[in-house]
Amino acid sequence: MPVGALTGPERGWSTEALVDTSLKRTPLFDAHVKAGARMVPFGGWEMPVQYAGIIEEHRAVRTSVGLFDVSHMGEFEAEGPQALAALQSLTTNDASALDIGQVQYSALCYPDGGIVDDLTVYRLGGDRYMLTVNAGNIDKDWEWVTSHAGAARWRNVSGETALIAVQGPRAEALVGRLAERDVTAIGYYRFAHGAVAGVRTLISRTGYTGEDGFELYVAAGDAARLWSALLESGRPDGVAPIGLGARDTLRLEMRYALYGNDIDATTNPLEAGLGWIVKSGKGSFIGRDAIEKVRGTGPTRRLIGLEMAERAVARHGYPVVKDGTPIGIVTSGSYGPSVDRYIAMAYVATPHAAVGTEVGVEIRGQVKTARVVKTPFHPSRTKK
Amino acid sequence: MANVPADLKYTKEHEWAKREGDRIRIGITAYAQEQLGDVVFVELPKVGGKVIAHQAFGVVESVKAVSDLFAPVSGEVVEANAELPQKPETVNKDPYGKGWMIVVKPSNAAEWEQLLSAPQYEKFVAEAAH
Repeated sequence: MPVGALTGPERGWSTEALVDTSLKRTPLFDAHVKAGARMVPFGGWEMPVQYAGIIEEHRAVRTSVGLFDVSHMGEFEAEGPQALAALQSLTTNDASALDIGQVQYSALCYPDGGIVDDLTVYRLGGDRYMLTVNAGNIDKDWEWVTSHAGAARWRNVSGETALIAVQGPRAEALVGRLAERDVTAIGYYRFAHGAVAGVRTLISRTGYTGEDGFELYVAAGDAARLWSALLESGRPDGVAPIGLGARDTLRLEMRYALYGNDIDATTNPLEAGLGWIVKSGKGSFIGRDAIEKVRGTGPTRRLIGLEMAERAVARHGYPVVKDGTPIGIVTSGSYGPSVDRYIAMAYVATPHAAVGTEVGVEIRGQVKTARVVKTPFHPSRTKK
Repeated sequence: MANVPADLKYTKEHEWAKREGDRIRIGITAYAQEQLGDVVFVELPKVGGKVIAHQAFGVVESVKAVSDLFAPVSGEVVEANAELPQKPETVNKDPYGKGWMIVVKPSNAAEWEQLLSAPQYEKFVAEAAH
């Protein structure tokens, strides 16, 4: 078993490139190393892939509470009288529907409907917004938003902002204990400002796990203080630090798309099942015409959930077949610890996308049976 | 440093080999399972099949990684751990015991002599970590 082969099929999981000094580090890097995390390159960052073990960490989030360092993600602010118009022309969702204190899942698209990135949009004030984007896309997105909607005042605050996700059924109790304000009043996809463990925090009731929880935005210099306060105070809750490995299995069980795996410049939001964040009635935006054309004819392929009939791990890039003919491709796949099944997401040609359809996944030259199933694979327990 | 039993031989691909009379039992090392993380899938050859030294005889997958298993010696498979495909996590829990993979009847005695001793493997792993 060569150590050279100890790498994942997804880009950026290699354990070999640790000498690469160009990798960026979050303010919590030292805390991760001290906690015994295995650090791997991910999207240009050196990030913890696991601490105690992926399955154990996954279960901790489903049963108690986990802490994720997601400071590698990017944050842009858009401000001024042109900010809303900028967002309306850049993003697929309707930013004008946002109240102050509300968050919206959205996407940036190319004119051909391909996805530049998926993101969340925060309305911070009357004409002030924050966009949270994927770590590996920060430079590309910054170039995109400033060159296509330059009339707004843009500020890239990624470097000065740290982000800690607190996720799981005990998240509300843990954050509530340390927060100066009542966090139970913050609704799903809403946020509020307030001190947590004495640290100025934007407390957002969002996440990427399917569990209730928060994402805490703080100044980079305060991240280590907040991280250790959460670990300390969460001890009776069974709090655990969670790496990117479990973040991936948790989001997979919810069928949440991961940019670079399930969605990218070659996929449009409709085939990815993201039609609900495309609000073409709001007026013109980049990609609208192309997406509307797809809506007219219906997507030729769809991102669906697969459950393997036997033990077999379907991974990114594996072909999906039906009666010996290729009909699609796996975009994400793993063992799902909470569903105790081998599950995957895949694009398949629309005629084969119905729940219950039997298909095959080609794994190392052998076809393994799989079935199209309803998603999410695991029931969502986010706050409603 | 991971556990490296003194009575076993090793490969640079992180398999262990244990002589049991005229047979050789094969598995992956504690270091290997640690590097892999949670094992969720194991595929082994059938009894009666042939394995060839330094060539892949099976596959082990963790949540994040796929790895080939390489044969330390050539020979005929006389036993395969039937429990492993059902309980892949055994590889993590007991890599040198219940997590064994196959037993081989070797066809070339000289290959055994070429395997690493425990101190040699330990040194190899220590160097690989830097």
